[in-house]
Amino acid sequence: MTQFKDRIPLPPADAQKTNMACHFCIVGCGYHVYKWPANREGGRAADQNALGLDFTRQLPAMQLTMTPAMVNQIKDHDGTEHNIMILPDKECSVNQGLSSTRGGQMASVMYSEKTPIGERRLKYPLMYTGDDWVETNWERSMALYAGLTQRILDNDGADQLFFNLFDHGGAGGGFENTWATGKLIFTGLQTKMVRIHNRPAYNSECHASRDMGIGELNNSYEDAEVCDVIFSIGGNSYETQSNWFLAHWEPNLRGANIDKKQEWFPDEAVGKGKVILVDPRRTPTVAICETVAGKENVLHLALQPGTDTALFNGLLTYVVDQGWHDQAFIDEHTSGFEEMLAANRMELDECSRITGLDRADIIKAAEWAYKPKASGHAPRTMHAYEKGVIWGNDNYRIQSAIVNLVVATHNVGRRGTGVVRMGGHQEGYTRPPYPGGRPAPYIDQELIKGNGMMLTVWACNAFQTTINAETYRQVIKRRANIVNQALAEARGATTEELIDIVYDAVKNKGGLFIVDIDLYRTKFAEYSHLVLPATHPGEMNLTSMNGERRLRLSERFMDPPGIARPDCLIAADMANALKARYEVAGNTAMAERFAGFDWTTEEDAFNDGFRMAHEKEIDSQGGPTGHLATYERLSKAGNNGVQLPIKEYSDGKLIGTEMLYTDNNFSTDDGKAHFQPSSWNGFPEVIQKQKENYDFWINNGRTNQIWQSAYHDQHLAFRKGRYPMAPIEIHPDDAKALGITNGDIVEIYNDYGATNAMAYLEADLRRGHVFMMFGFPNGVQGDLVSEWTDPNHIPYYKGTWANLRRIGANPAYLREVSFKRRRYS
Amino acid sequence: MSRLSRRNFLKLTGSSAAVGTLSLSPIAKAQQDQSPAATGSTTLPYPREAIAKLGDVAVNQPVYFNYPDNRSPCVMIRKGRNVKGGVGPDGDVVAYSTQCTHMGCPVNYDHEAETFKCPCHYSIFDPDNAGQMVIGHATESLPRIILEYDEAEDALLAVSVDGLIYGRQANII
Repeated sequence: MTQFKDRIPLPPADAQKTNMACHFCIVGCGYHVYKWPANREGGRAADQNALGLDFTRQLPAMQLTMTPAMVNQIKDHDGTEHNIMILPDKECSVNQGLSSTRGGQMASVMYSEKTPIGERRLKYPLMYTGDDWVETNWERSMALYAGLTQRILDNDGADQLFFNLFDHGGAGGGFENTWATGKLIFTGLQTKMVRIHNRPAYNSECHASRDMGIGELNNSYEDAEVCDVIFSIGGNSYETQSNWFLAHWEPNLRGANIDKKQEWFPDEAVGKGKVILVDPRRTPTVAICETVAGKENVLHLALQPGTDTALFNGLLTYVVDQGWHDQAFIDEHTSGFEEMLAANRMELDECSRITGLDRADIIKAAEWAYKPKASGHAPRTMHAYEKGVIWGNDNYRIQSAIVNLVVATHNVGRRGTGVVRMGGHQEGYTRPPYPGGRPAPYIDQELIKGNGMMLTVWACNAFQTTINAETYRQVIKRRANIVNQALAEARGATTEELIDIVYDAVKNKGGLFIVDIDLYRTKFAEYSHLVLPATHPGEMNLTSMNGERRLRLSERFMDPPGIARPDCLIAADMANALKARYEVAGNTAMAERFAGFDWTTEEDAFNDGFRMAHEKEIDSQGGPTGHLATYERLSKAGNNGVQLPIKEYSDGKLIGTEMLYTDNNFSTDDGKAHFQPSSWNGFPEVIQKQKENYDFWINNGRTNQIWQSAYHDQHLAFRKGRYPMAPIEIHPDDAKALGITNGDIVEIYNDYGATNAMAYLEADLRRGHVFMMFGFPNGVQGDLVSEWTDPNHIPYYKGTWANLRRIGANPAYLREVSFKRRRYS
Repeated sequence: MSRLSRRNFLKLTGSSAAVGTLSLSPIAKAQQDQSPAATGSTTLPYPREAIAKLGDVAVNQPVYFNYPDNRSPCVMIRKGRNVKGGVGPDGDVVAYSTQCTHMGCPVNYDHEAETFKCPCHYSIFDPDNAGQMVIGHATESLPRIILEYDEAEDALLAVSVDGLIYGRQANII
């Protein structure tokens, strides 16, 4: 951010220029960071600024995006002040110069002493004294952390050490940080009591697809440009994978890629792309697709909530009965087809009855996506799914039903196809194998039951992003307070005495000692006892991959606030402190478990994990060829990076893989794709009761303007001015019946909890449905969600019914917030 | 829809000097002589430009004009009700740059939704709420043209801009 609203400083021609993949969504758009001394500005002439653009005249549309949100002023530890500007990279194949509203504000969220958001960053470790916070240093923090951990590990075992853990790429993640935490937790501590991100156990959101032999990120964004049909299931990609939609879907739907399709597939009938969108809600993406492609090329299947499995089983049955499946492919490269078909068979009438969809629309979807084209070729249909499936009525079952249909019609491994999750955040997984089984322990329930003595919360925030959240928070706060009471009586205690005091509270009194590692003092951190300041990309070197497995290095260009440290080095500090304590205790076997953390930089962590999967037992998205990627090579590869897995390094370039399974060799022991029976399940009993007892389906998800738990956005004027409270879309007739108008604060309540949101009337919603923003700080949708999960402990966030009542309006919010329609039509 | 250039408006009113220049402050005049990129000023030397007579502006009908120079297209809307930042006796007249703050595509006014819509990347802005982005991929509200109402002349004047106009380092080139 700049103090000026109507002018911004330009980077001089000699400004430092580095690469940055966007911190936020799965798409991982490429950006360039310009950094230069604060007392200088580039000139307006093209040769006087680093952008090479002539600002002595008005630039034409589409030339660039350059806004006040894209500049900031920072100060490095040596006291030097610099301007920074972060602009989208036109040469990056992902975004092609486009910026999203999230990535476009990256400069604004970088640490500056001069901004309100900078003031909110954690700068020093903090300790809770029982009634107040005090600043401390890393030495004391690590002594307490390692000492208490050692005490619990030795006396009570690893199962008493709980973790809420990130698993992703982008900010708060990356291959360096997942490796370091994984090595500490799985190799060193050897605990299985870990949950991930926004779900209550250590699991994958794509177990089904992987079990069937198909990794969930198996195509390239370019495949969306050349497919005949995009089959979008439970997604809203304009808002949540924005530049995948704008740079890759949209041109296809507009008919701009017909020549490219003809070039790629010279013998096939090609035309303007069509899109099928499965979603009970008419999303902003549906509206835009109709605008771009014409309504005749858009099929919105507004099925009844939770009935996806029936839809895909019905489609499969119809397609097979028509003979539109690929029998030769099934015979040669798959197993279990007949068994699956027998289990999943569902006739059209029943499919229509369960889903609430017209028979004609189901048939139309089948014809568009699977009926041979005029040239006789099978259509190239790209299937993409997200939270409607991931957080749907039995994640494992729905996903199986989708992938069954995809494999039966051979819509994987061919260009212009693929069956992919759209994704939320970027990826960056490299860890030793998880030591628990499957299903992994249901950690939230274990904590609620009183188990666990120490909880480390790392770059995630279950207070806002878990199910049954109200009960969860209540228990955590109560158990944390037991430790608070002990701490309050420990005035003047040495660290070793503190360890004794805390151990007594967690061992004998039901307390829970909580450590939170984050960028900000989150809601969870407020109830912690030790808070450690971490860094995000730009303040550290970090590698991540996007939804087409594109690995990039985001380069460090500035110092972190205060004494904040990269997560990977915090993990190393913990391991090294434990190792030292065990050495002092003379326990060499335990000391050895924490060996191998003699790192000084994040590159050391990258080299130890991601680049060693060919030698060690490591679950890595880089696979055994990860060693070919070095920081130096990735820096040269810039924002286009390399798509994993890497095939080779030749002529100074990393050569990657655009699409998986082109050889029909799937990720199973026998190389065949495995069909899985996934018959229609109906609704779980607890969900069925909610349906019967409450008036509204509480659909929930994201908007484009708020990222994740709003950890940055809640501090940015542009964001909080738009959404000072979680919005909830409601049909005007439903609102009228409840006496609710735009901007009214409403309470949403059921037998699990109650939360607040701000009403946003939207005629495109169905009666009896509302849509609430997920994971917001002052309105937590998870408070209303049952503890029910699929067999792998994947939540059913979408399976929520509740009632609404009007609370009243906040005049200040009414002054700030627009309630105009969000659908472009 | 009307499209009034400054020249045409001045012809219509016959009072160009009074409306267009006499009200320039001495400070603003002094600033006009400096290069804005070099001054580092928070207040650039914006001109005062008469846009239209209020009595000629129909409710919900866009009036297109250029400001602060002829390479910067803008639009004025009389909403017929008091809105945030509105001027005139009823506080109902607002004006905005029509270049989307995302990538500069011209935004269109949707009379039914009463919003500005960008056809390139589908951003939507609210003229009733200081140009707030309703949805889309900009990182800034639509730049607001600050208006004044000259009661004696029934004239609407553009006097400055709140927000950076797309494609510029500074609003005054």
